[in-house]
Amino acid sequence: MSILAYNGGCVVAMRGKDCVAIATDHRFGIQAQTISTDFKKVFHIGPRMFLGLTGLQTDILTVRDRLMFRKNLYETRENREMCPKPFSAMMSSFLYEHRFGPYFIEPVVAGLDPKTMEPFICNMDLIGCPNAPDDFVVAGTCAEQLYGMCETLWKPDLEPDQLFEVIAQSIVNAFDRDAMSGWGATVYIIEKDKITERTLKTRMD
Amino acid sequence: MALAEICKISNAPYMRPNAWSSADVEEEQKGLMCNLANPYTLAAPPFENPLHNLNQIQANGDKTGVKINFDHGTTTLGFKFKGGVLLAVDSRATGGSYIGSQSMKKIVEINQFMLGTLAGGAADCVYWDRVLSKECRLHELRNKERISVAAASKIMANIAHEYKGMGLSMGMMLAGYDKRGPGLYYVDSEGSRTPGNLFSVGSGSLYAYGVLDSGYHWDLEDKEAQELGRRAIYHATFRDAYSGGIIRVYHIKEDGWVNISNTDCMELHYMYQEQLKQQAAK
Repeated sequence: MSILAYNGGCVVAMRGKDCVAIATDHRFGIQAQTISTDFKKVFHIGPRMFLGLTGLQTDILTVRDRLMFRKNLYETRENREMCPKPFSAMMSSFLYEHRFGPYFIEPVVAGLDPKTMEPFICNMDLIGCPNAPDDFVVAGTCAEQLYGMCETLWKPDLEPDQLFEVIAQSIVNAFDRDAMSGWGATVYIIEKDKITERTLKTRMD
Repeated sequence: MALAEICKISNAPYMRPNAWSSADVEEEQKGLMCNLANPYTLAAPPFENPLHNLNQIQANGDKTGVKINFDHGTTTLGFKFKGGVLLAVDSRATGGSYIGSQSMKKIVEINQFMLGTLAGGAADCVYWDRVLSKECRLHELRNKERISVAAASKIMANIAHEYKGMGLSMGMMLAGYDKRGPGLYYVDSEGSRTPGNLFSVGSGSLYAYGVLDSGYHWDLEDKEAQELGRRAIYHATFRDAYSGGIIRVYHIKEDGWVNISNTDCMELHYMYQEQLKQQAAK
């Protein structure tokens, strides 16, 4: 079994009209055994920026802490908020630093640019190859299923409430076909003036 | 024909004109559909000494990429109590971590008085349970009396023993009611066969045992027993990634089996959670 699938879990992010959404499941397991069902893999790391990390749980926590350290350092030095784009670039080089002994994670960044309010989503492989498309990004043990759901449900210029419906249906129906993720889900919708967090009622098996 | 003579093969068996008799045709047909007439004749693998080489191929599967991945992962349980035998199973079928089905029937209705549960390779269990159904019916016709659970489980164990080491993967329980009363046997692909009062089989069996052992005693009422079985499977589906879907409960009494309930795990989870909340409020 792949080390990336050792703990299970998934994250998906989508672009909408002047908004972005990011969703995560709640499972933390050790192979087939579900240890807890309140482990959210998405972290609020800036006023309008979220970081989702799937893969090996120990590396999720380490990478989050190390990235927060670098981000705080940047913000103190520059005396301004870090935008999603430079944050992704910083994360990419951080991951490539460990090219020959990588962290076993797949990151997803979602946020709005603080100046232009332009939606931004991005994901990477475990050694930091960035990919910033204008529709959606997925990561985790049910990535294939998520691609299938997003490919059929997503369309351009979704309003925040429509985007919530699309991303919620996508993640729930994707992880219902995967044994290693699920057990609850949370969706975050990021708009320029507010952030909405919603917990979904899902299957618990 | 001249060429055949030069090559000295004109007398070879495959060059002789064939006068097809009906017996020949029948023989030929048998070769083309062998397990239709006799379910025990399975095609041999296309290499020699399968007992050794099949295991070798599976063991090298990671390197070669040639590996047979069967549907796996289950929680099933069965226990005897004063009211008869109770069986409860989940309904998830997985291939690797992919969920292939959430509505599999893992209890096979062999006849009105006997049930079998499936765990392990889905195809192995379904096929051999069907063969067992046939054998049980034949026994009934030959002896004008229903087969006992002991005899049926022995047939299954003999099949398992015949194919031991060839990669069959089954862990099944046979439960029923015969002239000796309630019967419950565990049979697996390693060839073991044990009677007992309480079993749980599959990847989620440890979680099910936890609930079962704390709530089980012989003098359970029918309703209590059914709820215990359902709850044990529910807790297994919650902890075990490879178990889930619908929880099916069957109860076997003196006059045959009854399907008590088929409940979705999600429904049960939120019902049990509500009960917990109410208890905490008291």
